[in-house]
Amino acid sequence: MKNPYRTQNIAFFFLLLATLLIVIPVGLVVVVIIQKGLPAINWQFLSDMPRQGMRAGGIFPAIVGTFYLVTGAILFALPIGLLAAVYLSEYARDNLLTRVIKLAIVNLAGVPSVVYGLFGLALFVIFLKFGASIIAGSLTLGIMILPVIITTSREALESVPQSFREVSLSLGASKWQTIRHIVLPNAIPGILTGTILGLGRAAGETAPILFTVAAFYLPRLPKSIFDQAMALPYHLYVISTQVPNVDEKIRYATAFVLLALVLFMNLVAIIIRTKFRKRKKW
Amino acid sequence: MRKLKEFIIEKLILICGLASIFFVVLIFLFLLKEGLAVFKIVSPFKFIFGKSWYPISEPAQLGILPLILGSLLVTFGAAIISIPIGVGCAIYIAEIAPLKIKETLKAGVELLAAIPSVVLGFVGMVTLVPLVKNVFHLPTGLTALSGSIMLAFMAMPTIVSIAEDALYSVPKTYREGALALGATHWQTIWRVMLPAASSGILAAIMLGIGRVIGETMAVMMITGNAAVIPKSIFAPVRTLTATIAAEMGEAVVGSEHYFALFAIGIVLFISSFAINVTADLFLHKRQ
Repeated sequence: MKNPYRTQNIAFFFLLLATLLIVIPVGLVVVVIIQKGLPAINWQFLSDMPRQGMRAGGIFPAIVGTFYLVTGAILFALPIGLLAAVYLSEYARDNLLTRVIKLAIVNLAGVPSVVYGLFGLALFVIFLKFGASIIAGSLTLGIMILPVIITTSREALESVPQSFREVSLSLGASKWQTIRHIVLPNAIPGILTGTILGLGRAAGETAPILFTVAAFYLPRLPKSIFDQAMALPYHLYVISTQVPNVDEKIRYATAFVLLALVLFMNLVAIIIRTKFRKRKKW
Repeated sequence: MRKLKEFIIEKLILICGLASIFFVVLIFLFLLKEGLAVFKIVSPFKFIFGKSWYPISEPAQLGILPLILGSLLVTFGAAIISIPIGVGCAIYIAEIAPLKIKETLKAGVELLAAIPSVVLGFVGMVTLVPLVKNVFHLPTGLTALSGSIMLAFMAMPTIVSIAEDALYSVPKTYREGALALGATHWQTIWRVMLPAASSGILAAIMLGIGRVIGETMAVMMITGNAAVIPKSIFAPVRTLTATIAAEMGEAVVGSEHYFALFAIGIVLFISSFAINVTADLFLHKRQ
């Protein structure tokens, strides 16, 4: 008979191998980008306009563009997402409507990013006549990150103990007062985490902004929200596939800035989450 | 006055609660609005099974079979790579890893999910593509295989985190019962935990594959973008998503080409809808 412990050792070895096959490449990607990108970063690169058809100079307008897009996306998605989460956590009953809403959220999260791009083009750019603009791109990104914000905010709201609500209601507070003064303040760290994760997602996506806002090469800052803008992820795509003879250093440095931005946001989200979990008394 | 204010607020909350449904329907309607026009030019059958995609020739040939096959080939390759590795990693994290390492591993997987796809595409271009070219002695490394490997990494975070959740939510008593009967740790995992978590793991795999089908930027950067029916995994291919991303910029609004790209969007939307609904059913069955 086979020795069950030998089988176990072999199986565990393969499981460990599978894990390493994921974790090591991830580490390598990050290390390679830091190693080759960081030395090329300097103040001039971050604060200068791109020059000579993006083969020299900096990435300042792309950073600014991404900043505008992400801000716009969150201004749109946070209020709607938060209220939707309040609805699901505080008002929704266990019925068909709630089931359909949840299914819609899952589907919204699963729609391919390029389809968001098509949708943004059809609705905001063409139908509403915004043209390729920051507002069209922001709204597209905003709808895309809605599921992230709803899901995380809802978890945060639902983790506030039921007894908090009961005490507040029994003291004569109305349902909305209870939500406003008891439930929401206690859920803020979780909501913040979701918001930051949404920001990170919006900052890194390329496909939704391809046809809604992104300018190929625009060495000036956008003047209004109806202006086109450059954006970091699209800029990285352009200089690594569309423009020949770009110095390798510029590509790596751009990738580094984008990666650093996104990972920094995720790190902040993780820190808030762990701190909150430690402090939580219930 | 206060009652009126609360009434308004509660209605506002209800409206926002319904926003997700509204947006899903809105996306679908706008895809239909712009995409259905293509079926005045080609029949749906010819559109899906047409063998040539030459959208700007005269007359335009709008058959998306090469693109569908490109997507399927890359997705199939990515599934073969990512399912065993992803599920294996989920088992390791959920069942075997010591508590301290567990959190680090989870953070590592989350990190992978957070890396923007255009950054992964860039890294793939400078590392994976030359590697594939040299190892298999190909004229170009921009192949379906490179795309599959790259996409496998993008599917893994989804597979790992949902499969791990599924394993985690198997009642403790199952494991304890098996161990008490003298089963080894591995026998417990193989015979008890995995079957108990199977519907959740299946959902994890489906959602991972859904992510792969919808992925755009990385796949566009490293699969070579040849809109022909792929002959092998070592040939350049072009996926549905990459076609939209690469061509929409040049398509004239209101042209056949423009309508056809939106029709591809409909195909993608329906596939992702089907995958997500099915996965959701599996997840629900578990609870």
